[in-house]
Amino acid sequence: MNFPWLLIILLIPLIASVLLFIPKKYVIFKDQQIALYSSLITLLFVIVVALQFDTSSNAATQFDISFDWIPVFGISFHLGLTGISLVLIALTAVLTPIVILATEHEGQKKNREFLMWILLIEASALAVFLARDLFLFYVVFEAMLVPIFFLVGRFGGPRKNAAALKFILFGLAGGLVMLAALIWLYFAAATQLGRGTFSISALSNELNLDIWTERWLFLGFFFAFALKAPMVPGHTWLPDTAEQATPGTSTMLIGILDKVGTYGMLAILLPIFPNASKEFAPAIIGFAVFGVIYGALIAIAQKDMKRTFAYISISHFGFIVMGIFSFTSIGMIGSTIYMVAHGLSTAGLFLTAGYLIRQKDNSLIQNFGGLTKAAPVMTGLFLVAGLASIALPGMAGFVAEFMVLTGTFQVYKIPAIIATLAIVLAAIYMLWLYQRVFTGNENKDSKNIVDLNKKQILILSPIVVLTVLFGFYPTPIIKIAETSIANTMTYVGVTDPQPIIEKVVSK
Amino acid sequence: MIQTVLNSIPTPSFEYALLSPILIMFFAACLGVLVEAFVSIEKRRFAHLIIVFTSLLFAFFAVALQSGPNGRALVANGTVALDGPGWILQGTILLVATLSALLFAESKVDPLGDAFASRASTLPGGEEEKTVTKLGWTQTEIWPLFLFSICGMLLFVTANDLLVLFVALEVMSLPLYLLAGLARRRRLLSQEASLKYFILGALASAILLFGSALTYAYTGSLEFGQISNGISSANNSPGLLTAAIALVAVGMLFKVGAVPFHQWVPDVYMGSPTPVTSFMAGAVKVAAFGGLLRVFYVAFGALVWDWRPLIWVVAGLTMVVGSVIALAQSDFKRMLAYSSISNGGFILVGFSATNRPAIAAVLIYLIAYAFATVGAFALLTLIREQAGESSTLIRWKGLGKKSPLVAALMSLFMLSFAGIPLTSGFTAKFGVFTAAISGGATALVLVGVLASVIAAVFYVRVIILMFFSDPIPDGPFVVVPSVFTTIAITSSALVTIILGLFPQLIIDLISSASVFLR
Repeated sequence: MNFPWLLIILLIPLIASVLLFIPKKYVIFKDQQIALYSSLITLLFVIVVALQFDTSSNAATQFDISFDWIPVFGISFHLGLTGISLVLIALTAVLTPIVILATEHEGQKKNREFLMWILLIEASALAVFLARDLFLFYVVFEAMLVPIFFLVGRFGGPRKNAAALKFILFGLAGGLVMLAALIWLYFAAATQLGRGTFSISALSNELNLDIWTERWLFLGFFFAFALKAPMVPGHTWLPDTAEQATPGTSTMLIGILDKVGTYGMLAILLPIFPNASKEFAPAIIGFAVFGVIYGALIAIAQKDMKRTFAYISISHFGFIVMGIFSFTSIGMIGSTIYMVAHGLSTAGLFLTAGYLIRQKDNSLIQNFGGLTKAAPVMTGLFLVAGLASIALPGMAGFVAEFMVLTGTFQVYKIPAIIATLAIVLAAIYMLWLYQRVFTGNENKDSKNIVDLNKKQILILSPIVVLTVLFGFYPTPIIKIAETSIANTMTYVGVTDPQPIIEKVVSK
Repeated sequence: MIQTVLNSIPTPSFEYALLSPILIMFFAACLGVLVEAFVSIEKRRFAHLIIVFTSLLFAFFAVALQSGPNGRALVANGTVALDGPGWILQGTILLVATLSALLFAESKVDPLGDAFASRASTLPGGEEEKTVTKLGWTQTEIWPLFLFSICGMLLFVTANDLLVLFVALEVMSLPLYLLAGLARRRRLLSQEASLKYFILGALASAILLFGSALTYAYTGSLEFGQISNGISSANNSPGLLTAAIALVAVGMLFKVGAVPFHQWVPDVYMGSPTPVTSFMAGAVKVAAFGGLLRVFYVAFGALVWDWRPLIWVVAGLTMVVGSVIALAQSDFKRMLAYSSISNGGFILVGFSATNRPAIAAVLIYLIAYAFATVGAFALLTLIREQAGESSTLIRWKGLGKKSPLVAALMSLFMLSFAGIPLTSGFTAKFGVFTAAISGGATALVLVGVLASVIAAVFYVRVIILMFFSDPIPDGPFVVVPSVFTTIAITSSALVTIILGLFPQLIIDLISSASVFLR
C-alpha cells in the first residue's frame, strides 16, 4: 500500500475535533490553536497531494486506500482521489481555516464546542468527497447532518430550533430515499455482477441495469442530491437555515456541504446511471433554469441579508446543475469551477457581512445604510465579494458562468438564453443590496459601525486573491478536473457536439 | 394391560445440559421464593441481588459455551428447539435483562428507595404507605418475579411446540402483570397499567390458545415441525387453517405490540416503574419477536404466501401509526412507548422477507433496539423532580446545560432510534431494509422511509429541547446514580456505538446462526 495521504488528510481534523471534545484539563493546547493549526496542517497536506496529483494519468482515481469494513455486503472503507474531488477537498481545506479565523466571536462562551463542530464538518466534507465506496459516501452524507444541526441549534438566531429541525428533516428525507435506492442498487448489482459491491468504480464500469430499474434508482439518488444542493422546489430549508445560522456555519454549509449535492450528481449519478441521466436531463435542465431565475427573483425581494445570500446560492446551484446535465465537457468543467467560485464568493459574502451583522446583532437590510464613510474597507470587500458572486469578468465566477452557459447553449439553446437573464437579475439583487446597505443616507447609528481591522482584512484576503486568480487563470482547476470530466463523459457515452461551420460562399 | 400402556409412552429424553440456561433461571427463581420465606428482611435484598446476578451470569455462560455448532438440537422430545436463532435470542435476553436488573437494583436515585412501592398492598396515598416508606421497607418479591419472567422468555424463544409456547408465554407474562403495578410513585397510574395489561394480555393469551387448538384440529399436532408437515399434507377445509393462523397471529402480534393490537403499550409503559418499562421494551420485546419468528417461519412457513400480505399491512400500519401518534406525545415515556411500537413495525418489515437474511436482520434489529431503549429508560430514571421522574418533555428544556453528559448520551440514543449512520440504529435499519428488498417488499421499504422521517421529528425534538432551549426555572435536576445504573447506561451506549461503527462483529456472529431447526 502506498503512503496513506488521504487517510491522514481525513484524520487530522477528526483527531483535532476529538481533542476539542475531551475535557479541557487533559489537553495542553488552546482551543483556537488546535482548530487553526489542524486545519492549516490539513491544508498543507492537501497542497502536497495536489502537487503530486498526476494530471496526465487516465486513471479514474489516484492515492487509493482501502480497508474492508463490512465484507458481507462488499463494503469497504475506500478513499480515492479524482480530479473533481481534489478540487473540492482543496476548497474545503482553504475555507475551513478562514472560517475558523473569521468566526472567533461566534462561539462566544461555547467556542470550544463551535470549533469542534466546524472541524467535524471539515472531516466529513473531506470524507464525502474522497469516498469511493457508495456505502461510505452515504454514511458520511447522512452523518454530516449532525454537526450542522448542532451548529444551527446551539449558536443560531431566535428561531434556530425550528430551522435546525427543518434542516435535519430535509436532510433525512433525502438521505432515507437514497438509502432505499442504495439497497436496491446493491441487489441489482449483486444479481448482475455475481457479487455484492458498493464500489463506485465497479458500479460505474461494470453495471448495466435494465432501464426501468435505472430510472427509479436515478430518481432515488437525484432526490437526495437535489434536496442537498438544493434545487427549487426542494430549497425552502436553505433560506431558513441560513437566516438563523451564524455566518461561519452558513459558510461551511452553503460554501462546502451543499456542494455534496452537485458533486454527487457529477461523480455518482452520471457514471452509475448514464442512460437515465440522459433521459432525465432535459427535465432537470428545465428545473435548473427555473431555479436560476426563481432564486434570482426571490433574492431581490428579500429583507434579510442572509436570506438574500441563500437565494443567490439557490440561483447559482441552478447554474451548476445546468452545466452538469448539459453533457458537454465545457459545461461540466464550468460547473466544477462554479463550485469553487461559489464557495469562495459565499464565504466572502457571509463572512464580510458577518462582521457587520455581529455589530448590530441583526441582519435586516433596512437597519443599515450609508456605511461607506464609517466602514470603507468593509464596503470595498463586500463589493468585491458581491461582484464575484454575480460573475463580473475578471472573477472566477465569470469564467464558470460563461463556460456553463456556453456548454448548455451547445445543446439546449432556449434554456441557456433564458438563464442568461439571471445575469441581469444578479446585477439587480446585488447592486441594490449594496446600495441599501452601504450607500445612501447614513443610518442614525451607522457611525458606530467599526471597520475591519488589519487582522480581519488579512483573514479575508485569501478569498479575494483566489477569486481574482481563478478569474484570470482558471487553468489549474481545468487541468485537474479535465481527466475526471472526460471519464464521466465516457461513462455517459456522450461526446462534445462538434461545431457546425457553414460554408461561406463568396460571391 | 397397564404395562403395555406404560411401554407405549416413550421415556422423555431430557437434555439437561442444553436446557441449563432455562433451568438455572428456574432454579434461581425458586431459590428467590425461598429467600422470601426464610431470610430476614434486612438481608433479603442483598441475598436476592447475589442470586439474580449470579444466575444471570451462569445462564449466560451456559448459553455462550453451548451455542456452538454442536449445541444445536431439538430437545425435550422435540418440544424445545435450541438452534442458532434460539441461542442468540437467549443470550440477548440474558444480557438485556441484566441491564434491566441493574436498574431494578438501583436505590440511590430516588431518596425514598428503589423504583418499587414499599408495600404493594398499602392504599396509595394512605397513612400506612407513609409508614412503610418511612421504615424503608422494600418489596423484594420483585426479584423472584423477575427471574420467573426471564425463565419464561428463555423458553418462549426456543419453544417448538404450541403448548410449550403457551406455557412459556404465561410464565413470562404473569410476573410482568404484577411488576407493572408496583411503582413507588404515581401508584394509581401504575395499578391501572397493571390491570389493563393483565386483562388485555389474558385475552390475547386466550386467543393464542384457541388458535393453537384449531391448529391442532387441522394438523393433528402441536409441534412446529409436524404442523408444517401437516399443513402440506392435510386435506381439511382451508377455512379452519386460516382461522387457526389468524388467531395465533393475533395472539403473537398483541405481545409484540403491533398495530392494531397496540393500545395497551402506551398505558402500560407509562404506568409501570421505569426499570420494568425498560424490561418490557427490551427483553420482553426480544422474546416476543423471537417467538413470532419461530412460529411463523417454522410452523407456518409453508403458508408464507398466505400470511405475508397480512404482515405487510400490519408492518406498514405499525410503522406509520406508531410514528404519527408519537409526534403528539408530551410525555417521554409515552413517546418511547409509541417509538417502541413504531420500531416493532420496522422489525416486521424485516420479518416479512421470510428468508435467511431476514432472520439475521430481525435479530440485529432486536439487539440494537433493546440496548438503546434500555439505555434511554435508564437515563430517564436520572432526570428527576421532587415528585419522582420528570418525564414531561417540555420540562427538559435546557437539560444539556445542567448535565451535558446525560443529555449527550440521551441524544446518542435518540440519534440511534432515528437511524443516523454510525449508530446501531442505522445498522439495524439497513439490515431490515436490505432484507425486505431482497424479499421483494420494496414498496414497504418506501413506507418505512416515510415513517423514519416522521419518527425523526420526535427523536430530534428531544435533542432540540435539551440542547437548544434555555432551561426553565424549577426544572428537573439530574441525580448521580450508583454503580448499577452507571454500568447499565455505559454498556448500552457502548453497544450502540460499536454496532454502529463495526457492524461486521455482530453480522458475523449472527449470520452463522440464522437457521431454524425444524
